[in-house]
Amino acid sequence: MAPATKALYKQVFPVKSDLESAGKVSTEVRRILRSLGVEPEVVRRAGIVCFEGEMNIALYTKGGRIILIVRDDRVELLFSDRGPGIADIDLVKQPGYSTAPDWARELGFGAGMGIPNMEANSDRFVMYSRVGVGTVIRATIFRRCHETCGGNRAPGT
Amino acid sequence: MKIREVARLMGAEVLCGEESLDLEVTRAFAADLMSDVLAMVQEEGVLLITGTVVPQVVRVAEVMSMGAILFVRGKRPSAATVNYAAEVGIPLLATDKIMFEACGILYSRGLLPAKRKALPRENGPRD
Repeated sequence: MAPATKALYKQVFPVKSDLESAGKVSTEVRRILRSLGVEPEVVRRAGIVCFEGEMNIALYTKGGRIILIVRDDRVELLFSDRGPGIADIDLVKQPGYSTAPDWARELGFGAGMGIPNMEANSDRFVMYSRVGVGTVIRATIFRRCHETCGGNRAPGT
Repeated sequence: MKIREVARLMGAEVLCGEESLDLEVTRAFAADLMSDVLAMVQEEGVLLITGTVVPQVVRVAEVMSMGAILFVRGKRPSAATVNYAAEVGIPLLATDKIMFEACGILYSRGLLPAKRKALPRENGPRD
């Protein structure tokens, strides 16, 4: 894994276990990325990853936080929550698997697409969870800025 | 298709975004499931046709850079949701038509369907 470059921007956003405000962090993250001049396709993917992660924290956990880190060559989104944790991570990565209660489905969410969609929109996706403790996710999206950032190319691109 | 034309064909009430009615929507995607919108829409400027009126619908449209939202089946979002959409510049339309009829009319008038992104692992090997 290539060493990460210096963080150009970092911000921590608390996420409450509350549906009313769910989505606010993602729209804020989008605004920040745009104002930093991050490539539109990267902003789009980061927005989707952030929204899915934020909805998961708001819908299913006791609350948590999202940390946004912008680097020369990548955008990182770190999600962490205070539980309940996920027993079988391979299962939640399967499209369609869901533990969502009916009320979440009535809101148009909980189709079991959230985590697969986060993974699909990330270049790197790492997830750890412990039941009773919580879940952490690191999603990385590479900025393919070959010309402008001195050849800091993502591996494999 | 211009948003104004969508509103006219639908006999829709313009809830907000009056100033943006001359903008074009590129294609359309109809769903009540926001999870599917997040997972499948890939273009920008798409018209979202939905009967779901929770505040997150506007946030989904914002995150996905969608062109406008058409609420069907006589559903109306809350005033707070309309205000938020106005703030972020997403036009909201509301029609009494059901989703099937709304889609049928718009399709027959030349509005194209959004390209659907394959679901994660949809084309991959079954494991």
